[in-house]
Amino acid sequence: MITKRIIPCLDVKNGRVVKGVNFEGLQDMADPVEMARWYNESGADELVFYDITASVEDRGLFTDILRQVASQIFIPLTVGGGIGTLEDFDRVLKCGADKVSVNSGAIRNPGIISAAAQKYGSQCVVLSADIKRVDGKFMLFAKGGRENTGIEALDWLAKGVQNGAGELVVNSIDTDGVKQGFDLELLDAVAARCAVPIIASGGAGCMEDFKELFLNHPAVDAGLAASIFHTRQVDIRDLKRFLRQNGVEMRI
Amino acid sequence: MIAIVDYGVGNLFSLASSVKSLGLEVIITRDAAELRAADHILLPGVGAFADAMDKLTATGLVPVLKEETRHTPLLGICLGMQLLFDKSYEFGEHEGLGLIPGQVCPLAEDLTDPALKVPHIGWNALDITRPDDPLFRYVQNGEYVYYVHSFYAKDCAASTLATSEYSIPVTGAVRQGLVYGTQFHPEKSGDTGLRLLKAFAEL
Repeated sequence: MITKRIIPCLDVKNGRVVKGVNFEGLQDMADPVEMARWYNESGADELVFYDITASVEDRGLFTDILRQVASQIFIPLTVGGGIGTLEDFDRVLKCGADKVSVNSGAIRNPGIISAAAQKYGSQCVVLSADIKRVDGKFMLFAKGGRENTGIEALDWLAKGVQNGAGELVVNSIDTDGVKQGFDLELLDAVAARCAVPIIASGGAGCMEDFKELFLNHPAVDAGLAASIFHTRQVDIRDLKRFLRQNGVEMRI
Repeated sequence: MIAIVDYGVGNLFSLASSVKSLGLEVIITRDAAELRAADHILLPGVGAFADAMDKLTATGLVPVLKEETRHTPLLGICLGMQLLFDKSYEFGEHEGLGLIPGQVCPLAEDLTDPALKVPHIGWNALDITRPDDPLFRYVQNGEYVYYVHSFYAKDCAASTLATSEYSIPVTGAVRQGLVYGTQFHPEKSGDTGLRLLKAFAEL
């Protein structure tokens, strides 16, 4: 049977991994290639790289890193950050990305989803959305969660799937950083509307949070987190063993 | 030397890198002479069947591949495996290379559990039906491999080497003579995938 997936997320700025980096026993604690190698050996099922730089120069640095990772690590790689055009898709796919994640780029230009799905296939197009409750409704936020777009998030995601998004990353702003568990209510609401794989993001604080996610919300396919993995607050190998012991199918 | 057939479908960077990581020489080519000189041939592919088949036909390599598979091991990967079959029913009916009897059909119509999603994306365990095949020299039954697909090969029991369970047994690896295929991506299946590629390179 197909497994649930555990996905560490690496935010890369100026060639370095930022956000919650506190590794022990690694020579260079924020070197993305080193970290990717370590995660690969730790049993990560997939890696997500977000390019959080702005300048063109840094973008070149990011693609160099991506190429290095992809030439050494043979698990699926998803790349996001600053993706808005087919040229952006092309640039990261040529460096070895398997999937490309669009977020703000799709809000500015919704046509990018169908254009990319037609050119590269739906399996390549991941729609990532930052979502927050406003007056009891799930709203889509832009600019890293700072700006309410006024678009209802569930409609946005359902339309994205219709247009060819092959996977969804659901980031809950309400639970992000709180480490009290994933936003299960939001994830259930998305699963009720969308039949493509769903990656839960935001809120994981401990192994129990993943158990609750996968055992009681079977429509969710993967759990994504950054700092709890980077700091080894949760060790991926331990987590996968724990989940398997609790009846969740895991690749070990 | 391992040749990867370059016919303008998909991204060959990871596949070439995975072969290189095994210490093997690799060439990405659409040149008939280079394919004839290769010891092993990899036929990759992502995207839609008809489009890929058209592009492969346009390179003029179809007769070369058919000829080479009489004496050179070939491994089709993902859509590259699907192309090996007689035909596909992806958006219409399209002829394949006809190197392995069978057809490629929509997964969605055959799944028996409505909760399962299509595409079938992720890591799934191998149920190896022919453990003595040299392709599995370094891979054990139950190891996990990475799949991404919406169509699958069926009516090919005689050539099936392994399946993965997704409410039905989904064809995972096939062989007919020297023609091999994997629906999963060995170049994205971690260490398991690398060991499978190593075994293929030793054929």
